[in-house]
Amino acid sequence: MSGHISPKSTYYAIFGALMVLTAVTVTVAFINLGALNFPVALGIAIVKATLVILFFMHVKYSSRLTKLICGTAFFFLMVLFGLTLSDYLSRGWFTAPGGTAGAGTQVTIGPPAPTEGEPAEPAEEPARAPEP
Amino acid sequence: MPDGVAAHADPPASATGFGGAGHHPALQHHFQTLDQQHEAATLGMWIFLVTEVMFFGGLLMAYLLYRVWYPEAWSEGSLELDIIQGGVNTVVLIASSLTMALAVRAAQTGLQKATVRWLLVTMALGLTFLVIKFFEYKHKYDLNHIPGPDFEFEGPHAAQVQIFLSLYFGLTGLHALHMVVGFSLLAVMCWMAHRRRFSPEWYTPVELSGLYWHFVDIVWIFLFPLLYLVDRARQAG
Repeated sequence: MSGHISPKSTYYAIFGALMVLTAVTVTVAFINLGALNFPVALGIAIVKATLVILFFMHVKYSSRLTKLICGTAFFFLMVLFGLTLSDYLSRGWFTAPGGTAGAGTQVTIGPPAPTEGEPAEPAEEPARAPEP
Repeated sequence: MPDGVAAHADPPASATGFGGAGHHPALQHHFQTLDQQHEAATLGMWIFLVTEVMFFGGLLMAYLLYRVWYPEAWSEGSLELDIIQGGVNTVVLIASSLTMALAVRAAQTGLQKATVRWLLVTMALGLTFLVIKFFEYKHKYDLNHIPGPDFEFEGPHAAQVQIFLSLYFGLTGLHALHMVVGFSLLAVMCWMAHRRRFSPEWYTPVELSGLYWHFVDIVWIFLFPLLYLVDRARQAG
């Protein structure tokens, strides 16, 4: 069969690179970069995953169709994250005409206010106009 | 194919040198060559792995959103996790990916004994991972950190930390389940390799099991920083 056979040295080199990147990501995690800690950790993880996919999983030597399918996973993951976050994170940005900032489904950042609305809720039910 | 049955046996017979036997015993009748069969199998495995990515993707999405909502609780929860055990498990799992790649290589080059040996090493490393994971869970159990009615947590955001720990157990639990499935797959591969079922012409099952094992490794490559690492800087100050 004509499958690509990588030399052992490639595998050892990739393993070494993955170990180095693991050490780097652990070290960087203890340095306070503020908002950058999260993207840096994620970036290193993406590099590590790419190394595994290209060399351990032989995608570098696979057909273009396999490469395409592999890219599909990443694409749909971005659609999932992108569309969901663009909804949740943009809630409360705009107020519709005639509305208030408190209307709609604005998200509260932080723990929700404890049990403020709860006692009021049962009283609300009978206040509604009865159906004709 | 113009005349189905007659032409079917021709290409493999000449290409792989199986002479009068017609074709390789592993060649299924709806494929023309072993290469084509291997290509189709690999593609199918990749499509399955895409669905697996989306499967974990949903949980990661929940992690991401709650992280935006409850950053303090996420930090409190994350600092509860044992970075030493998580780190050791990362090294163990990446090492198991290396031995898995070497097992596939041994199968590709026809080294049956080496295939069995590397598969056994991979399984041993996988088991090591699960044992360490067990002790991590045990520790959480002893502290009543398992989400549910008995959940206890000292801190200002206990209710939100419970969400973090739910996702922690959901993500690592599903990952551990995949490890168990992978371990079982490798056990079968080990047995098949021991029975000399593989050859440089046909090693597809080893290759596909390898893809699965590497995928599980990649999931952990993301879980480790997301769950254990990202909030360490707050602890360091």
